[in-house]
Amino acid sequence: MKTIHDPSRRRALARLGIALSAPWASALPRAAGAEIPLPGNSIYQLHPALLDQDGRPFDLASLRGNPVLASMFYSSCEMVCPMIFETIRQTVDALPAAGRRRIRVLMASFDPARDSVEVLKRTAKAHGCDDRWTLVRADEVDTRKLAALLGVQYRRLASGEFNHSTSIELLDGEGRIVARSGKLGAIDPQLMQPLKKELERRA
Amino acid sequence: MAIRMGRARLRAAAIGAASVLGVAGVPASAAPAYVALPGGTFESVLPQGNSPTASTPVDVARFALRVEPVTAAEFLAFVVTHPEWRRGAAPEVFVDARYLADWRSPLQLASLAGADRPVTNVSWFAARAFCESEGARLPTWLEWEYAAAADETRRDARSDPQWRQRILTWYEQPASAGLPAVGGAPNAYGVRDLHGVVWEWVEDFNALFIAGDSRTQGDPDLLKFCGAGAISVLDRDSYAVLMRIALLSSLVAADTTASLGFRCARSIPEKP
Repeated sequence: MKTIHDPSRRRALARLGIALSAPWASALPRAAGAEIPLPGNSIYQLHPALLDQDGRPFDLASLRGNPVLASMFYSSCEMVCPMIFETIRQTVDALPAAGRRRIRVLMASFDPARDSVEVLKRTAKAHGCDDRWTLVRADEVDTRKLAALLGVQYRRLASGEFNHSTSIELLDGEGRIVARSGKLGAIDPQLMQPLKKELERRA
Repeated sequence: MAIRMGRARLRAAAIGAASVLGVAGVPASAAPAYVALPGGTFESVLPQGNSPTASTPVDVARFALRVEPVTAAEFLAFVVTHPEWRRGAAPEVFVDARYLADWRSPLQLASLAGADRPVTNVSWFAARAFCESEGARLPTWLEWEYAAAADETRRDARSDPQWRQRILTWYEQPASAGLPAVGGAPNAYGVRDLHGVVWEWVEDFNALFIAGDSRTQGDPDLLKFCGAGAISVLDRDSYAVLMRIALLSSLVAADTTASLGFRCARSIPEKP
């Protein structure tokens, strides 16, 4: 687009309220009925090629409109990762009934080599995840990008085990990270309060 | 003085620089130079095994590395053809507010004199996108550390106190002097400017955390990190490398700084 090179034209357009949007904006998949472009600080700007626990392609932006608790894990982790599932479940169960239905949970594996769709399916079953939960995997490149957006640090050791940071992120309906908790094993008020607020705001 | 050039002349010059690099229908005068590194067993300063205190040499696979860091002119050519990565267009989730902040405009470098300097003020996402555009990726930390262990004649000069001192001396140069142009002396692999010019992004920058193993602490508040081996650095004398790790581990992927650039790498498929 030639006009973008021309500052005066650009300013004129801006005065008229015409946004020169990023070229990718038009190619973005949209949630049904969503007309408004995603905010620039939405993690749904990223389009990783994800597969869910049923082997279906999963579009991050399909979570748009719902508050989301998101975290990363790997299935063969025996210590901290089961506690992430348990902590999220406790948090969801403590919500008022109406909010409980609207919340979504996104669990992304950082072990694509071992967390196949079948393993994700077993993990989901083992932790009693219902259809509000989506467990996803991607290739190594997209996994690293997703972790970078969520602020998760992880390193694969020569043994195949992982060192990783543990946190639970709260995304608002637009995919913006609005709260983060590193607390496991109990409900963290720093996550619960903004989550309740988010559910009320959109009720 | 370049800084005083009119807007039109600067823009023409910027587009000119881009043209040389193969944009606007002009064939690239030279493809970016990569050099193949043989790989092999390598001892990182970061523990790679389950034990946080024992050294576990790892195999670095053969790979190709860009000879020089990506320059400002090269990055300009990239944003000319990839408008979604121009300053002001790239979403803030991928680039912070200082992204390419030193440029005169989204398509004008700070100065013509800076065209051959490494591009800085670029985020991890932007650096990755650039590398993807030339069929490459960012090097992993291990690849970068392996390449940077060499001096002009030896592939692993890290145990030489004089080599260590030279690196530290480079880092003591005042930043006010501005970035030098790329094209320093090649190391034993033929790679230039790994030390003494800029910090460089790596693919797994968010794997470089250094923290205690909290599993044994019994306090759920402390369960931030899982797994042994995040705990320590094996060779505490490698200050220069430790400074890199400390810097990279403090960053998030949208961060940009005036002294942080990048170069790209390519995997070399194994021969059947």
